Amino acid sequence: MRASVEQIWQWLDAVPDPEIPVISLVDLGIIRDVEWQGDTLEISVTPTYSGCPATSIINLDIETALRGHGIDKLEIKRQLSPPWTTDWLSDKGRARLQDYGIAPPTAAGGPEACPNCGSANLNKVSQFGSTPCKAAWRCNDCLEPFDYFKCI
Amino acid sequence: MTQDQALFEYLLRLGDNTLVLGHRVSEWCGHSPVLEEDIALANTALDLIGQTQLWLGLAGEVEGKGRDADQLAMLRDIWDFRNLLLVELPNGDFGQTLMRQFLFDAWQSINLGRLMSSTDPRVAEIAAKAGKEAAYHVERSGDTVVGLGDGTEESHARMQKALDYLWPYVGEMFLSDDVDAELVKAGIAPDPASLRNDYDTLIGRVMETATLTIPDSRFTHKGGKTGKTHTEHLGHVLTSMQWLQRAYPGASW
Repeated sequence: MRASVEQIWQWLDAVPDPEIPVISLVDLGIIRDVEWQGDTLEISVTPTYSGCPATSIINLDIETALRGHGIDKLEIKRQLSPPWTTDWLSDKGRARLQDYGIAPPTAAGGPEACPNCGSANLNKVSQFGSTPCKAAWRCNDCLEPFDYFKCI
Repeated sequence: MTQDQALFEYLLRLGDNTLVLGHRVSEWCGHSPVLEEDIALANTALDLIGQTQLWLGLAGEVEGKGRDADQLAMLRDIWDFRNLLLVELPNGDFGQTLMRQFLFDAWQSINLGRLMSSTDPRVAEIAAKAGKEAAYHVERSGDTVVGLGDGTEESHARMQKALDYLWPYVGEMFLSDDVDAELVKAGIAPDPASLRNDYDTLIGRVMETATLTIPDSRFTHKGGKTGKTHTEHLGHVLTSMQWLQRAYPGASW
């Protein structure tokens, strides 16, 4: 008997993002569709950034996880459109980013508060950070540098 | 020229621009003036190489001869490259690199904005993806041009020198040929000349804030996007970029 689509979403929600392992691939909003086509499971995945080196690892992790749950016939499709947006981050994912020390994205284009001490007295160090999806900021009160998840 | 032949050429132009510039920018990795700028440049290069995979991947598909993005990038020679001359020019100092980046990003963001409404959905969806990245790039390179242009006497002089050196390579972005005409007719791509007004507005605003003077001349070097006459610099780029695939054909890891 084939697993339900809801069950598969749950399994995928247990697959961590390879670069920010506190959030899942589902939290990141990159799993766009899960669908059975006959006895083949089709998963549509959208890249965060077109050059993100984690993309191939993500596909491998999805495959490994689902094979572990007994799914043999699996097809991973790249879906470019509509392009990924940080609006698709789940609330659970945003909260976990914050706990992990990464300020979640805001429409204003900068972090609301320092993820370490909560201060709003912040300055931008660089528009880019340790991965394509992050920028480098610093808190002027606790003086800690931190990552901000870029809003796109 | 069939429509697919024109589209193949056009996709090479888009993909070679991002490939060659991405490689150029990656040359800074480990050499930038400060760590944050090093990371920013490496990230920019990464986005550009990612976009290359999409454009050249589609080019290979349209060509239909079984070539993929890697083969197109690593196994073509100089005369088959279709990038603008601007992107193959040497990095120079940090200011010149950022000036070149801004002159390119401004055009790239405007062009991708138009390509988002291409009649070819494959082109439109790549443009929508790359357009978000290009918007981020132009904001950063524009800010840096302003920061350095309206900076110290030394940084201002270097940025003005960079603009004077690079300006004669800008006009090539707006030249049209048969490839463009074919795609304009099919609604796949905009007429390059039609981007000039938006470009001049954007560049003019940023250069004014940066206290830099745009040279008065519209003379332009050309031959990159048609592949007729690249500069001597492209050969050096390809030598370092392609040597591994040339020395060990089919190598993978």
